[in-house]
Amino acid sequence: MRRVLIWAPLGFFALVFALVMTGLLAPSDRAVKSAMVGKPVPGFVLPALVPGKPGVNSAAFADGKPRLINVFASWCVPCIAEAPQLMKLKQQGVEIVGVATADTPEDMANFLKTAGDPFAAIGDDRIRKVQFALGSAGVPESFVIDGSGKIVMQHIGYIGPQDMPKILAALAGVQP
Amino acid sequence: MIAEGGLAALWIAAAMALVQLVLGGSAARSGAEELMRATRKIAVVQGLLALGAFLTLILLFVQSDMSVLLVATNSHSAKPLIYKIAGAWGNHEGSMLLWVTVLGVAGAGVAIFEKRLDGKTLAATLAAQAVLALGFYAFLLLASNPFLRLDPPAPDGQGLNPLLQDPGLAFHPPTLYLGYVGLSVAFSFAVGALLTRQIGPAFARAMRPWVLGAWFFLTIGITAGSYWAYYELGWGGWWFWDPVENASLMPWLAATALLHSVTVLATRDGLRAWTLMLAVVAFSMSMIGTFLVRSGILVSVHAFAVDPTRGTFILALLAIYIGGALALFGARVGTVTQGSTFQLVSREGALVLNNLLLCVILGVVFIGTLYPLVAQAMGQQLSVGAPFFNAASVPVALALVVATMAGPMLKWRKDQWGALGRKMMLPAAAMVTIVVVLLVAMPGTPIVPLLGLVAAAGLAVASIVPLLGRKLRRTPIHIYGMVLAHLGVAVAIAGMASDTAFKQERLAAVRVGETVAVGSFKAKLTEIRPIIGENWSALEATLSIRRNDGDPFRLQPQQRYFSQPVTTTSEAAISTMIDGQLYTVLGASDGQGRYQIRMWWKPFVTFIWLGGFMIAFGGLLAMVGRIRREMRSEDEAE
Repeated sequence: MRRVLIWAPLGFFALVFALVMTGLLAPSDRAVKSAMVGKPVPGFVLPALVPGKPGVNSAAFADGKPRLINVFASWCVPCIAEAPQLMKLKQQGVEIVGVATADTPEDMANFLKTAGDPFAAIGDDRIRKVQFALGSAGVPESFVIDGSGKIVMQHIGYIGPQDMPKILAALAGVQP
Repeated sequence: MIAEGGLAALWIAAAMALVQLVLGGSAARSGAEELMRATRKIAVVQGLLALGAFLTLILLFVQSDMSVLLVATNSHSAKPLIYKIAGAWGNHEGSMLLWVTVLGVAGAGVAIFEKRLDGKTLAATLAAQAVLALGFYAFLLLASNPFLRLDPPAPDGQGLNPLLQDPGLAFHPPTLYLGYVGLSVAFSFAVGALLTRQIGPAFARAMRPWVLGAWFFLTIGITAGSYWAYYELGWGGWWFWDPVENASLMPWLAATALLHSVTVLATRDGLRAWTLMLAVVAFSMSMIGTFLVRSGILVSVHAFAVDPTRGTFILALLAIYIGGALALFGARVGTVTQGSTFQLVSREGALVLNNLLLCVILGVVFIGTLYPLVAQAMGQQLSVGAPFFNAASVPVALALVVATMAGPMLKWRKDQWGALGRKMMLPAAAMVTIVVVLLVAMPGTPIVPLLGLVAAAGLAVASIVPLLGRKLRRTPIHIYGMVLAHLGVAVAIAGMASDTAFKQERLAAVRVGETVAVGSFKAKLTEIRPIIGENWSALEATLSIRRNDGDPFRLQPQQRYFSQPVTTTSEAAISTMIDGQLYTVLGASDGQGRYQIRMWWKPFVTFIWLGGFMIAFGGLLAMVGRIRREMRSEDEAE
C-alpha cells in the first residue's frame, strides 16, 4: 500500500502531462458555444417584466411553431442596434420571445418606447438564471427554436442585416 | 553592442550553472570543503550574471532601442518611462528572463546566507537549483532570445497591451515571480535533502524563511492582482476563477500547506515525507501555472500568444523537473525514517487537518482548471465556471476556518478536547452573536455568505486568543505574524461574504441629465466629454452622486481608446467609503445620446484586499521573527 502511495504522485503527473500534451497539439476553438444546441429548451417559467406583456413559459414552445428566443437587456447598446432586424422578423410573422437579463421594468418600458417592440413576450430574468441555462454568456444572443421545442441554432452577438438569411433559413427548418 | 552584452552575460551565466551543477554534485558526494566553497561562489556569480542580463534588457527598453526585436514589438517611444521599464517583463521573452534572473539571485541568496544546513545537503541543493536554471537558460537561449536584433531597425515600436499600462499591473508579474521562484528554493532544498537523506528540524528551519518569503510575495501578488482585475476590467468582480488567477492560487494553496507542515517538521520533527512532497508540489504548481498561462492552451482574458514549439519546450522542462523530483521522491522516501508521532487532538493534528483541507481545495482548483482540457481531449468544448469552484471549495474553506481557529489553541503532541472546548468559548460566543444579529437585522441573508460572516467573526476572535495571558512584550515576533495572518483571513472572508450577500447592482442606458439610483445613492449623468491622455483618448462621464441627502460628489468613469494597438478599455471610477465602495462604469453609446452606465454598491468589499495584505504582512513578520531567532541562536552557538 505504502509503495503504491509513494509512486501515485508520479503516476498522476504522467496523466496530467499526457493531457496537456494533447491540448498543446490540438489548439481549441475559442467561441463560447452553447452545449444546448440540438437539445430541447430547458424548462423554465419567467414572470412578466413590463405590464401588458406576458412572461415566458418554455412548456408552451412545443406547439409546432418555430420561434426566436432573444436574450437581451435595456442597458445593452448592441441590443438597440439589432432592434430594426428584429422588427423585420416580426413583420415576417416570426414570434420573438424576449429574455431580459438584469433589468428593471422602468428601464425596459423606456427601451421598448425608443428602440421599438418586436416581442410577443418578455420574461424577467433578473438573476440571469435562464440565460445561463440556455448556454448564453452575454447579450445579445438569440436562439432559434423549432416546432418541437428543440434549440436548432445559436447566434452570438447582435443580428445584423447580413445575418437575416441564416436566421430565416433556420426558422424555416432548413439545415445549415 | 548593449544587446550583445546582455546575450553574452546570459550565455556565461548558463555555463556557470553547468559548472555549479558539476561542482555541487561532486561536493554533495565527497563532502570536500573546497568544492563546497567553490560551489557557493559560482552560484553567486551565476546570479549576478543573470541579473546583469536582465538589467541590460531594461536599459534597452528605457532607451527605446528599436533595433532590438523585443523592444520594437512591445514598446513605444511615446510611452511613459515607468511603462517602458515594465515593458521589459510584460512579454514572453522578458518575463522568462525575469524568471531565470530571480532563480539565479535566489540561488545566490542560498549560497550566501545559508549557514545552518549541513554542507552536503546545501551542495546538493545548489546543484538542484543549477539544474532548474540550466533548463530555463536553454529555453531562453535556444527558443526565446530576448536580445534578438531587428535589421533594419523599426521606425517606432508597436506599443504594449494598454490593459497592462497600469502601475498596479506593471509590478504585479514581478511580485508573483518572486513568489513562484522563491518556491524553487524550497523545491531544491527538498531535492537536496532527498539526495542526502538529511531530513529533520535543521532542514526545516533552513527552508522555512524561503517558504515564508515566497508566500509573502505570492499573497501580495494575488491580492494586488485581484484588486487590479476588480478596477481595471470593469466587471465589478474580484475573483473570476480564470485560469491565470487559478495559476497563482494553486502554488499559494500548496505553499500555505507547506509553511504549516514545515513548522511541524521544525518544531516536532514530524511529517517528514509529507513536507518534502509539498515542497515539490508547491514549485510544480508554480511551473504548471506559468506554463498554462504562457502556452495559451487554456482560454483566458490574460492569455499570451505563444507558438507550439515553445509550449512543447516548456512542457518538456516540466516533465523533466517535476517527473524527476517525483521519481526521486518515490525512490528515496521509503528510506526516510518516520519522524515523531502525535495524538489526534494536538497542534500537529490541527495542522494536518489544515494541510488536508488545503490540498482538497488545491485539488478542486486543479481539476476545475484542467477539466476543459480533459473535455477537449474527448472532443468537447466547455469551460468550468465560478458555480463549480464556489460550490466545491467554499464548504471546504469554511471547515478550514474551523481548523484555523482551533490550531493555535492546541498544545503540541497531545491535548484534551475539554481544554480546547473551554478556549473555543469566546469565538463561539462571537459566532452566536453574529448569527442572531444577522437573522434579526438582515433576515434575507443567503446561507453561504451568512456562514462566511459567522466564520469570519469566530476566526477574528479566535486569532487573538493565542495572545491572551501572554506577556505581550515577550511574545516572539512570529506569534504576532500568525495572529495578524489569521486575523487577515477573517477580515478577507468578511469582505467576500459581505459583498456577496449585500451588493447592489444597477444597469441603465441614460441620457445626459437623467438619474440612476443604486442602494442609497442617486447618480445624475451631468456631462459626457472627450479627453486626451498621453497615448490614449477617452470619453469621460461625469456623475454627480448623492448618498441619501448628503453632499454631492463626482465620479468620472471613462471609456478609453488606445491607438497603439487599437483597443478599448473601461476605466471604472470608484468611491471608497468607510463602509464600502461605489463602483461606476461607463459603457458604449447607442449613437443617439444614450450611454450605458453600470453601478454597484459594494458594502465592505475593501476588507477583501485589506485582509489579503494583513495575511501577507503576517507572513513577513513571521519570516523576520524566525530569521532573528535563527541569528540569535547562531550567535549563542559561536
